[in-house]
Amino acid sequence: MRYLPLTDADRSAMLATIGAASIDDLFVDVPAEARLAGPIAGLPMHASELAVERHMSRLARKNLTAGDAPFFLGCGAYRHHVPASVDHLIQRGEFLTSYTPYQPEIAQGTLQALFEFQTQVARLYGCDVANASMYDGSTACWEAITMARRVTRRGKAILSAGLHPHYVSLARTMARFTGDQLDTALPTLTSGAPGDDMARVLAAVDGDTSCVVVQNPNILGHVADLSELAARCHEKGALLIAVVTEPVALGAIRSPGEMGADIVVGEGQSLGVGLNFGGPYVGLFACNEKYVRQMPGRLAGVTQDAEGQRGFVLTLSTREQHIRREKATSNICTNAGLCALAFSIHLTLLGETGLRRLAALNHASAVAAADRLSRIAGVELLNDSFFNEFTLKLPVEARPVVRALADKGILGGVSLGRLYPDAPDLAGGLVVAVTETASEEDVETLAQALEAEIAA
Amino acid sequence: MTTYYTEDHEWISVEGGTATVGITDYAQAQLGDIVFVELPAPGTTVSKGGEAAVVESVKAASDVFAPVTGTVSEANGALEGDPSLVNSAPEGDGWFFKLTLADAAELEGLMNAEGYKAYCDSL
Repeated sequence: MRYLPLTDADRSAMLATIGAASIDDLFVDVPAEARLAGPIAGLPMHASELAVERHMSRLARKNLTAGDAPFFLGCGAYRHHVPASVDHLIQRGEFLTSYTPYQPEIAQGTLQALFEFQTQVARLYGCDVANASMYDGSTACWEAITMARRVTRRGKAILSAGLHPHYVSLARTMARFTGDQLDTALPTLTSGAPGDDMARVLAAVDGDTSCVVVQNPNILGHVADLSELAARCHEKGALLIAVVTEPVALGAIRSPGEMGADIVVGEGQSLGVGLNFGGPYVGLFACNEKYVRQMPGRLAGVTQDAEGQRGFVLTLSTREQHIRREKATSNICTNAGLCALAFSIHLTLLGETGLRRLAALNHASAVAAADRLSRIAGVELLNDSFFNEFTLKLPVEARPVVRALADKGILGGVSLGRLYPDAPDLAGGLVVAVTETASEEDVETLAQALEAEIAA
Repeated sequence: MTTYYTEDHEWISVEGGTATVGITDYAQAQLGDIVFVELPAPGTTVSKGGEAAVVESVKAASDVFAPVTGTVSEANGALEGDPSLVNSAPEGDGWFFKLTLADAAELEGLMNAEGYKAYCDSL
C-alpha cells in the first residue's frame, strides 16, 4: 500500500458521506480544554526530507556505536558478526511482512522456517521440544517460572544469585500480580565461581519449591555443571530451569538439557540479531516433552494433508490468547518471528561445525584477554571457568572507570555498580565480554587504558 | 444405573453415591479430533455448573462443567495417553472423572436420554 496524503477534496467527500460539516464536528464530544489549541510546544514543525536526514545524522554522530570502538560489553546482549546474507534473506517480502501466522495454512514458508528454528533450539538446548520463539530472554524466563508452577502446583521459585538482575527484576514485577514467592540473593565477588551460590540454592530446595532458576554461564561469566542441582530438584519434585543468555556458549559447553534441566530458556540475540539498542531480541524456550502441554507460546508442526503431501501447521496453540482469551497460558509469549528467522538462518550458515569453531574462537579470545587484563596491577580475575565473558575485580569502583574509558572511545565492559546500584560490595566488579569481533589490538587498547585509569 | 444429561453436553451416570462424568457423543462430534483433556485432581471439590475439566481439539479448547456438586474420587488416566478415546467412546472408555455426590437432589434438574436427544435435535 502506498502512502498518499489526503487532498481537501478527499476530506470533503468523506465528511459529506458521514454528514459532518467539518473535521471539528467529529470531535464535539471531546471537551475543549482537553483539545490541543495550537502546535505542541517544543516540537519542531515539519521540515524537508533532506533537512530531517541531516538533522538525524547529526544526532546519530553523537553516539559511540559498537562497531566504532573496541567493544567489550556483554551481560545478556552480545556483539557478534552477523553475515550480510542473514539481513538480505530476512528482507524477502514473504518473510519481512508476515505477522504471527494466525491463518497458518497460507504461510507455509514461515511455518517451515519456524519448524526448523524449533529443531535448532531444541538441539542446542538438549531438550525434546522448543516453541516458535518468545518476546525475549527475560520474559521467557518468567514464563518458565509460571510454567513450573502449573506443572508442580507449587508457588515458590528459587532464583540463583547468578541470574541476570534484569531477569530477576522482571520476575519480581510479575510476581507482584501472580503471588509467586521468589527466593533471591545477590551475587558475591568471590574468586573461583563468582556470583555462584549453589550452596544456598541446594539448601533452599524443599517440598514447596516449584523450580530453581539458574543461569549458565552466569551473570559473572562462571560456567557450572548443573547435574547435581538437577538431581536435587528432581528429588524434591521441583523443576530445574536453566537460562542461557549467550547461545554461542553452547557450541563449547554441555547443553543444560543434557545436564538434567527440565526447561531451558534464554536470549537468542547473539545469532542473527544485532544489538539494536536493546531490541527487538528473540526469546528461546524449550522443555521436556512431558511438559509440552504447559508450555507457553505456539509450536509449528509437520504433518500430511488429505492428499498425503507434507505440510506445516501451528499446533498446540489452544492455550493462546486468540483462542483462550483470559484463560490463555501466557500474556507475554509474543512470537519474535523475524528475529527467530534471522537466528535460524545464521545458525544454518554456521552449521554445527561452524558454531563449534565460533565458540572456540570466542573462548580463545576471551582467555587471551583475561590473561592480559589480569596482569594489570591491582586487578584480579575472579573466574576459574568462563566462556567468552569473565569478571575482574578492580581496586577502585568500576562505574566511573567504565565512564572514563567510554570518553576515550573504548566500551570496556559492564560495571556491576550499574547492574546492582544498591550493592556497594559489588562496585569493584567489571564484567568483560570478548567475542570474535574483538581484535588483539582492541584488547591491548583496553588493557592500556584500564591500567592508566586505575593508576590515575 | 441412571444416566442424566446437561445442556452443556455433559453426561453423568449415577450408581449409589458415585457418579461418572464425561462429554456426550454430540459434543465430541462438534469438537472434532480431541487432542488433550485436562482433568481435575482426585480430592478436588467441584460445584454444579462450575469448571471441572478442559477438553482441547486441534483448534479449540472448551471448559467442561460439573453437572452436580461433589468431590472428585478418580480421574480417567487413560485419557492422558490416548485422548482420542473421547472421540471413539465418549460415553464409555472416554469418561472424564468420577464424583462422590454431595447432594443427589441436584440430579433432578437434569435431562434423561430422551430429553437430551430432543434437546440436541432442537439445536
